Amino acid sequence: MNTIFFIAAAAAIISSLLAISNRNAIHALLFLILSLLSISVIFYISGAPLIAALEVIVYAGAIMVLFIFVVMMLNIGVEEETEKSWLKPGMWILPSILASILLVIFIYAAHLLHNEKTGSSVIEPRQVGISLFTTYLIAVEISGVLLLAGIVGAYHLGKQKKKVTHRFMKGADQENTENTELN
Amino acid sequence: MLTISMEVQIIFAGLLFLTGLAGFLVRRNIIFMLLSIEIMLNSAALLFVIAGSKWLQADGQVMFIFVLTVSAAEVSVGLALILQMYHHFRTLDADALNKLHDNKDNETA
Repeated sequence: MNTIFFIAAAAAIISSLLAISNRNAIHALLFLILSLLSISVIFYISGAPLIAALEVIVYAGAIMVLFIFVVMMLNIGVEEETEKSWLKPGMWILPSILASILLVIFIYAAHLLHNEKTGSSVIEPRQVGISLFTTYLIAVEISGVLLLAGIVGAYHLGKQKKKVTHRFMKGADQENTENTELN
Repeated sequence: MLTISMEVQIIFAGLLFLTGLAGFLVRRNIIFMLLSIEIMLNSAALLFVIAGSKWLQADGQVMFIFVLTVSAAEVSVGLALILQMYHHFRTLDADALNKLHDNKDNETA
């Protein structure tokens, strides 16, 4: 099991790195799906089968499909010039240094837990469900409201609005047609 | 079941988070920035599940479900905003959004 953990962890990190450094958006999304699938393996072997299933179904299945549809709608195949100039290897230096500093702090904090073993039993979906709908019931209701707000917001923002100008400020050709209609 | 120490798992989640952070700082394409946010959210949720399996409580997994909800709402609104941005500016460059006013001469930058 430990070997599987290390293999899946290496796959997740490598595919995440490829996802953020790829220039093609579709390829990056496919690498991200690979990363999510390997994280799902880690969830499964650390005793969370429900979460492993949800990761595949919701993250890799629904959210990534949203991303892919938007990339397909925008029809982005050609990379933009600004991005090309931004993605020079030199641009990676400063963010990588910042991330490494944070990583050192993180490793120090995690080292304090050196002797702690992870739990050795599976947490059943039944337990999760009971906890979700008794202790956290109010949070479930609030997240329902959040999802409703998300739907309404996405619908409102996603509408392609017509450019409304004042009726006296219409373009010349429109004005002509209107005049002919009046005549 | 896993017999490794919790340290390794936490460092793994941290590495994943920092990958997302570096991607967010480096990329200027707004789709990739949203994607990096997804990586970061996912690693934070991973940490919840790790902690939940350490103390054998279901609370960690419940928190994962809430993180999932938040990330789904965030992605749907964010992608709608990206569509609007592409519709207005014809670019996905985040730096193109530095003009607060709606001047038509600057729109075709």
